[in-house]
Amino acid sequence: MSQTESNQKSMSIIVTKGTLDWAYPPFILATTAAAMGVNVSMFFTFYGLALLKKDLDLQISPLGKPDMVMPLAGMHMKMPNMIGMLPGVNAMATTMMKNLIAKKGVASIPTLREAAVESDIEMIACQMTLDLFEMKKEEMIDGIKLGGAATYMEKALASDINLYI
Amino acid sequence: MADKVLDAKGLNCPLPILKAKKAILEVPKDGTLEVLSTDPGSVADFQAFCRTTGNTMLETGENAGVYRFIIKHTA
Repeated sequence: MSQTESNQKSMSIIVTKGTLDWAYPPFILATTAAAMGVNVSMFFTFYGLALLKKDLDLQISPLGKPDMVMPLAGMHMKMPNMIGMLPGVNAMATTMMKNLIAKKGVASIPTLREAAVESDIEMIACQMTLDLFEMKKEEMIDGIKLGGAATYMEKALASDINLYI
Repeated sequence: MADKVLDAKGLNCPLPILKAKKAILEVPKDGTLEVLSTDPGSVADFQAFCRTTGNTMLETGENAGVYRFIIKHTA
């Protein structure tokens, strides 16, 4: 929605997580809201900044996730922490997750992110996090803005919906 | 016959809605878009999409696991 109607609804989302699983809720809600005519701003901070990188390398870890169950051969598998600690388990879980995503017709994160860019969703990277983790704006996709807490607050005060993910 | 048909079979949330949003912009005002989907969640979602965007759901149906929606471009 490029045109700003006076009665247009708006939503802001703070995105704090950059793992393959937690990348979904913000991008799904942002793109769907935009498709429903909502003006959306996303504020990426801390690990959420990983979702703005040009080279997306999102991983999932079963460690410390007793609520994570993966379907496997008609059953459901839970990963004990002792096994989740082993080298290669994150990579294996990431591959399993990506296979499931493709098999079930779920959009990939690059696809959803492209949809977000196409729908003119405003993406703001937290300047403080960039400084803290020594990341550069050049590592991020084009078209993002930089800002801080006051930038977010101005958006949030003017928004109908504010989410923290 | 709808003015345009969107085959969203096999796609999961939110892709049918995102694709329908694009497709309906290619349909003339007061024209119709037919959407085919296999996502059971799309039944509630397309109703919500129409109520929120102001487009009109003319028809919904299901046949052998395929959901069919006829949406009139009114918004």
